[in-house]
Amino acid sequence: MNDATPNDLAAIRARLEQARGPEYWRSLEELAGTPAFQEALHREFPQGASELTDPVSRRTLLKLMGASLALAGITACTRQPAEKIYPYVRQPEELVPGRPLFFATAMPLDGYGTGLLVESHEGRPTKVEGNPEHPVSRGSTDAFAQASILGLYDPDRSTAITYLGEIRPWGAFLTAAKAAVEARRARGGAGVRLLTGTITSPTLGEQIRALTAEFPELRWHQWDPAGRDQARAGAALAFGEIAETHYQLGQAAVILALDADFLACGPASLRLAREFADGRRLTGGRREMNRLYAVEPSPTLTGSVADHRLPVPATAIHGFALALAAALGVPGLPQPRDASAHAGWIVPLARDLQAHRGRSVVIVGDEQPAAVHAVAHAINEALGNVGTTVVYTDPVEVSPVDQLASLSELAADMEAGLVETLFILGSNPVYTAPADLEFGRRLEKVKQRFHLGQHLDETAALCQWHVPEAHYLESWGDVRAADGTASLIQPLIAPLHGGRTAHEVLGALGQQAGQSAHSIVRAYWQARLAPEGGPAFEGQWRRALHDGLIPGTAATARAVKLAVLGDRVAEPPPRQGLEIVFRADPTVHDGRFANNPWLQELPKPHTKLTWDNAALVSPSTAARLGLANEDLVELRYRGRRVEAPVWVVPGQAADSITVHLGYGRERGGRIAAGPGFDAYRLRTTSAPWAERGLEVAQTGRRYRLASAQNQQMIDARPVVRSATLEEFRRQPGFAREMAHEPPRTLTLYPEQEYKGYAWAMTIDLNTCIGCGACVAACNAENNIPVVGKTEVSRGRRMHWLRVDRYYRGDPENPEAFNQPVPCMHCEKAPCEVVCPTAATVHSAEGLNDMVYNRCVGTRYCSNNCPYKVRRFNFLLYQDWNTPTLKMARNPDVTVRSRGVMEKCTYCVQRINQARVEAEKEGRPIRDGEVVTACAAACPTKAIVFGDQNDAASAVAKNKAEPLNYSLLGDLNTRPRTTYLAAVRNVNPEMPGARAGGGDDHHEAGR
Amino acid sequence: MQTFRRSANTVFVVSPVALVLGVGGLIALAYALQGSPYVTRAFDEREQPVQFSHERHVAGNGIDCRYCHTSVETSAFAGIPPTKTCMNCHSQIFADSPFLEPVRASFRDDRSIAWTRVHDLPDFVYFDHSIHVNKGVGCSTCHGRVDLMPLMFQVETLQMNWCLDCHRNPEKYVRPRDQVFRMDYQPPADQISLGRKLVADYNIRSLTSCSTCHR
Repeated sequence: MNDATPNDLAAIRARLEQARGPEYWRSLEELAGTPAFQEALHREFPQGASELTDPVSRRTLLKLMGASLALAGITACTRQPAEKIYPYVRQPEELVPGRPLFFATAMPLDGYGTGLLVESHEGRPTKVEGNPEHPVSRGSTDAFAQASILGLYDPDRSTAITYLGEIRPWGAFLTAAKAAVEARRARGGAGVRLLTGTITSPTLGEQIRALTAEFPELRWHQWDPAGRDQARAGAALAFGEIAETHYQLGQAAVILALDADFLACGPASLRLAREFADGRRLTGGRREMNRLYAVEPSPTLTGSVADHRLPVPATAIHGFALALAAALGVPGLPQPRDASAHAGWIVPLARDLQAHRGRSVVIVGDEQPAAVHAVAHAINEALGNVGTTVVYTDPVEVSPVDQLASLSELAADMEAGLVETLFILGSNPVYTAPADLEFGRRLEKVKQRFHLGQHLDETAALCQWHVPEAHYLESWGDVRAADGTASLIQPLIAPLHGGRTAHEVLGALGQQAGQSAHSIVRAYWQARLAPEGGPAFEGQWRRALHDGLIPGTAATARAVKLAVLGDRVAEPPPRQGLEIVFRADPTVHDGRFANNPWLQELPKPHTKLTWDNAALVSPSTAARLGLANEDLVELRYRGRRVEAPVWVVPGQAADSITVHLGYGRERGGRIAAGPGFDAYRLRTTSAPWAERGLEVAQTGRRYRLASAQNQQMIDARPVVRSATLEEFRRQPGFAREMAHEPPRTLTLYPEQEYKGYAWAMTIDLNTCIGCGACVAACNAENNIPVVGKTEVSRGRRMHWLRVDRYYRGDPENPEAFNQPVPCMHCEKAPCEVVCPTAATVHSAEGLNDMVYNRCVGTRYCSNNCPYKVRRFNFLLYQDWNTPTLKMARNPDVTVRSRGVMEKCTYCVQRINQARVEAEKEGRPIRDGEVVTACAAACPTKAIVFGDQNDAASAVAKNKAEPLNYSLLGDLNTRPRTTYLAAVRNVNPEMPGARAGGGDDHHEAGR
Repeated sequence: MQTFRRSANTVFVVSPVALVLGVGGLIALAYALQGSPYVTRAFDEREQPVQFSHERHVAGNGIDCRYCHTSVETSAFAGIPPTKTCMNCHSQIFADSPFLEPVRASFRDDRSIAWTRVHDLPDFVYFDHSIHVNKGVGCSTCHGRVDLMPLMFQVETLQMNWCLDCHRNPEKYVRPRDQVFRMDYQPPADQISLGRKLVADYNIRSLTSCSTCHR
């Protein structure tokens, strides 16, 4: 697929217009119909996937020979080695050996918390679930939370307190830290600085307040590279004060996202995704849904589910917002420079927003400049949305500051020699600070440097003192959710490597030296909840720990007064050249998850890239600059340069190149250090998110990227089915009518009757946002190994569940569809009849069972699977040796070895557990009692699992919906997993609005 | 000239028979070996860190199974008693016995006693004690007369055909729930008719899908 040029846009368009090409397509290669693509499509695995192509060294050859000899003797007919049982000495009272316990806690990310329930097997956390009581989680999680389990057991975490690389005890650190502060007590702590991430933790806030009261000259700086500076500044601009903006999508009929990936990014994304999806479900007779417009430079998950999406460079969103405000007649705003730009879009959009006053909302991304936020506040106010879909509260953060200014000030003071002692708590500024701050060089001017962090990262390398930071699953603490609700963080396990929390370090500097984080947090809440202590407090404390949150702590809505904005929100002078857009990476975020292989291997939205970042270019820009996928280019921006591979992305705005932060690290673990390029080296204080003036120069070299895009593909058929809302109302059964399903009797397979349970799944393509939380959850639940970049590029990815992404229409701005594809559990499964060892057979409840101990690895089954959902352990992908990774595994699922086929089991371990419990109580399994890992994690609850023989079950009701259709139903495999077709709420007045939705007539976008 | 001697005729007749018998015998031998105590380690008394006698505790003292194996009715794992359970009695009885020093050391140093697992299923098999006990499968059905074992050993093969025998014909083995923990339970002469009744009463289903035990 590398040699063909998918850049021949004219030819692609011609194909599209003649409708010879597929209506839904996955990649530009497919559209262009390259021979390489055709081959990949028809192969089960890419060419060479089944061969050992690594060069064999003498050493490997000897190892293989030795292993073969040794293994020849110890095959199946051996006696099992003796196993030991280690019972408790004193067994905890509430613990039943063999049964997991769940504890409520919260995961902080960029300062904000998500409530979780964490599964613990005899003291070992193994799986994260959402906390249904928590206002943000509502029972769901994102991929970061799912993968945090592996973060806890990361074997590369730092393991010891060190001073200049030598191991020191905690006491020595306490003494040194205290002495460093005490030496400056006479000067009120002048010269002592504290650098943290965003802090919402009430206890940490109180500790810092107490510390600054004791040392009035001590300064506190906050920095998160993917922080929310612009949103804060936007509120300050609009209201003269910093207020937090909360969106309530439950009542929203029309949503406009201005460069806002609100469904996947930001502290409230889980809640917003759920509310958004609830407004879109067309089940239970609903025929109304909300409408989403997305205007964005780079395709996001939000854009992929938008009813109308417009690619606009990030720097042009400002003009778009002003033009929209003008069209809506919002008073007191400057005119856009180019009022005619996108007029065809803005006029019907404005009309739609006007028609839904009080039920519409304009959401601006955290990356957009403050002025755009202010304009959106004005628009929302003018549309009467404030109080219904938009609510303002006091800020949730302890101290909302402009973090970029805060960090810049620290850097300037370090340069000026004003900083003598610096405590860096859980932050990695040497890597994440804007390049022009030269943080690493300046840091060395600070006399005493203390670092608290989970890894020996770039910052740790430049600090004399390093203290391993406890993972949140090892910590006591508290954190606020996006809505202000305070959650307690309670540890699931004692720190594996003696890690410490920021509470303990701050306590050591102040008056709480030697106190544990537990006593510090508890004391804080005792003073707030029941100062008298005793049973009054104990009851509340235990309740809060059990529920995972402290009731009544959500921020309350308040009124704000919109200031006159005028020219303060005028567009900045235009600049020329290509635009560079910086974004936090969808899977490794700002780089903090770079050492997490689950997240590295999770295919990124749209690009489906793994293990790398790339410079994302639109097809037209790529054609103009002569770029193709995997070309290594030099990005030059204001005298700074970095080499990056190119990836051509349909739907990217023209002349806008997106780079993701978080890669190209030098330290931070075996996995973190290495892949990708460091986009922070181009990021400066003057342009933290987007600016024009980028130059791109070919290097003539190529860089191999591992994309899961053209792997495990299903041949062209109506795989994804969609229609407009209008068409759906007219013809609700459109999806089923798009393909012919043969009569049920027309099969050579034996007929099987399912009298008891018949497990089945539905996946609602209308609400799936493609976030990948299901994939990450499946990894954690089913002990799925990672395979690494080379193996991914060979098509050997082990994910049991993949999220396919399909495009439709013009490659410059296609519609996108996400389709999660697990095992279909066909009632007439083609894989079963070809297995020579009966290793894959049908269960009485309709599951397509995979029996690992019978499998000899012929791979006939995957060869015969039309859905390409079977995964083969070509090599020994599991790590059997690293002790911490053994702790991460789910004890209820077999750990597979080399040479074994595996695939989705419908989480049969959960079914079996539920069956045992139900049988013991002498009742049938209730609907909703078995929730697969993917369904549990899903933020939009697009995945529903249950017993289809129970007519009252949610899954049976979904199967009866007119939207329900089977994937490749024409094969008569009768899959138990079925899909609810996607419906787009198209505004017919929009330019290029999709008129059709059927299978024959085709509209090629604009 | 005669190439083959007359005896070659006998060899010609005997050799295919011998081949068939030989191969068959080898297969039969392999089957026999695979199910034999040599492979399954049945009747093999394992060395344990403490010379714990089920005979003494069950038959001698009349302690119920569930006093030590507390989670057998609620969890997949029957539970190995924590050292605390031993010390409930042995802080008073035989408190100075040298045989019990490992128990006291465990309690003192807060370190687990490392028991050797006797009934050890392969790692790809997931057995659940609680459902078997709740459906009327007696302890002694699988574990034998534990009350007569000074040192613990396995009496059954624990191989899949042995499991399937009961999963296919549960009426052959089930007993009334109130008899599950009785070691000296003897099935009545008309076990099959009692079994059929219990299978109906306890809603016992013959679960033989692979994923019942393998996942």
